[in-house]
Amino acid sequence: MRFLLDAEQAEFGRTLGRMLAAADTPAAVRAWGAGDSGPGRAAWRRLAGAGVFGLAVPEKHEGAGLLPIELVVSFVELGRHAVPGPLAETVAAAVLLDRLGDADGLADTWLPAIAAGDAMVSYADLSRGPYALDAATADVTLLVDGDTLRASGGNGPVQPSVDPVRRLTRCAAGAVLASGPAVRAAAAQAADTARLLTAAQALGVGRRLLDDTVAYVKQRTQFGVAIGSFQAVKHRLADVLLALELAEPLVYGAAVELAGASQAGVAGSADATGVGIAMAKVAAGEAAYTAARAALQLHGALGYTDELDLSLWIRKARALRGAWGTPAECRARILPGPASAGAQIFHE
Amino acid sequence: MDLELGPEDEEFRQETRTWLASHVPAEPLPSLETAKGFAAHREWERELYGGRWSAVTWPEEYGGRGASLLRWLLFEEEYYAARAPGRVSQNGISLLAPTLFAHGTDEQVARVLPPMARGQTIWAQAWSEPGAGSDLAALRSSAVRTDGGWLLRGHKTWSSRAAFADRAFGLFRSHPGADRPHHGLTYLMFDLAAPGVTVRPIGRLDGKPAFAELRLDDVFVPDADVIGEPGQGWQVAMSTAGNERGLTLRSPGRFTAAAGRLAALWRATADPADTALRDRVADALIGARAYQLSAYAGVARLTEGGTPGAGASLTKVFWSELDIALHETALDLLGPRGELADAAPEAPDHGSWADGWVFALAGPVYAGTNEIQRDIIAERLLGLPKGRR
Repeated sequence: MRFLLDAEQAEFGRTLGRMLAAADTPAAVRAWGAGDSGPGRAAWRRLAGAGVFGLAVPEKHEGAGLLPIELVVSFVELGRHAVPGPLAETVAAAVLLDRLGDADGLADTWLPAIAAGDAMVSYADLSRGPYALDAATADVTLLVDGDTLRASGGNGPVQPSVDPVRRLTRCAAGAVLASGPAVRAAAAQAADTARLLTAAQALGVGRRLLDDTVAYVKQRTQFGVAIGSFQAVKHRLADVLLALELAEPLVYGAAVELAGASQAGVAGSADATGVGIAMAKVAAGEAAYTAARAALQLHGALGYTDELDLSLWIRKARALRGAWGTPAECRARILPGPASAGAQIFHE
Repeated sequence: MDLELGPEDEEFRQETRTWLASHVPAEPLPSLETAKGFAAHREWERELYGGRWSAVTWPEEYGGRGASLLRWLLFEEEYYAARAPGRVSQNGISLLAPTLFAHGTDEQVARVLPPMARGQTIWAQAWSEPGAGSDLAALRSSAVRTDGGWLLRGHKTWSSRAAFADRAFGLFRSHPGADRPHHGLTYLMFDLAAPGVTVRPIGRLDGKPAFAELRLDDVFVPDADVIGEPGQGWQVAMSTAGNERGLTLRSPGRFTAAAGRLAALWRATADPADTALRDRVADALIGARAYQLSAYAGVARLTEGGTPGAGASLTKVFWSELDIALHETALDLLGPRGELADAAPEAPDHGSWADGWVFALAGPVYAGTNEIQRDIIAERLLGLPKGRR
């Protein structure tokens, strides 16, 4: 057992981080929120060039194979830099289409385009809620309703999110693309993948909020000293670090389990994998939200402003906490019911 | 990056499991914090030693197996899952032994470790004093030079298990003229039965004599029982302080076992409509799994040359708070029976939840309070400036 990123995986994360730091993502986020997806699209293409979307696409469709650990490495960086767009949704759509197989040429059509960065896909599982993320911007929107997969038949008005970069819409039901129990099974795997990647994004969001806040409290002085020297400030930030440090192994642990399940070709997400992902989502979502609250509080009134870019991450932490699995929903996945034969996590 | 055990590690796990299955007492031993229980736990240490399980990471010549840190984690998981007795030798094995391996002479290591591994010598820690708790460097108990050794004078307190232990180790002020409070200290081992030592047991929150105060009145300690250089005691102590705070004191195995039992209790007793309790049980499972995975990552880092450093402070805050939350949840699940102490004939599960709760309450205090740990996290991991405590 060696439960650490290997050198190549760690370097991949650092490379993406450098690339995104140079891409001025806060400006892209603000433009995206105002309806101008140009800079966000440019970032998307750069990510595709770096191979991010290919990590969700099997080799036969011109990707690198489904690589959950590398996807998690990427999504931590996407969160750290607040990259806009239907990121987890595009990957989830890729998982869904791959699991469905080549029926009607859907996978042949869309998977190579996803890998190349030419297809930005919005995807909603209507059993989870009525809204599709960024459907008005995406190249295609896929909707799963029970065991039916449809294309979108048109977008309703944008429903602004607390995170202004997340543009939500209802979509009318369009043409049926596939149906049957296979759709339901594939959608469950797609949702688990989206949940894991949302957890990874939240982890990156939390890391960024902590880094920016630590930098701020070191230079902000009151009463003649840096406010970071006050114990009340230190302890609050120590708790943020603690939450993030203990969420991180859950996120990577779930990625390792998902990678194992994918490699073994296990049909349907193994129960244990789903539980591990649910744990990661609760922990990372709460850690990011804890980071957001601390960041706002320790920046004082400045932290309450839209103008400061910190606001982009504060609001994203709230939105990601609920996306692809609220805390309650995830905890119910861990303990479905007293009578349920649900996965035993530890020896009972 | 993987989570798979190699065949030899898996074999080690199986060997541990098999041995424990045929040796762990069917009925829990009496509380370790009583004279009778202490003796029973000492006997158990001897049995563990017989199977070479009492200190698996030590070299074979001292009674260990030379096991890797990963195998130690596996041993601990199996140990607590099997509901094996608490470790009365813990202070010696996880605190003194690492210090001896790092700073002791060959003679000290050879003399002290084997009886520790056999449970023949049980060690207590003598650090805190009435005026020196979080501010340990304010300690005043002294070691005065005498022919062939040192004379200890002063007052140590909150010494865990000292009521029944055989020997103690601690820090003493040997060079009173030193320029700073943590200079001029010496790390010494002494006999709790030596002339001049008075041990007064102190009842913990539930009345059990879990710790003691020590009055030291010219207690002679030979030079052979000084660890490291005289005057360098602070450096000697701090070089292994991470052992106490981090993994080795309270391994993830304790929490994965307790969380598993909590989930079983929930399945057996819960009202499915009470999602508030369900969420707390789920959080205990999440916490235990997080600590387990974080430890797997930690041993990989250590194996590749990393040091625990201030990360031990994160670990300590995490496990101590998890322990309380986990036991509180169990007591809430038990409802009216939750308040029955282990002495109550009808206490659920021999009172293990109530006893575990009392024990857990001490966690945020001992081994450096969580407030001190948060200062360390903020200053050494986040780089925030030092300020007044």
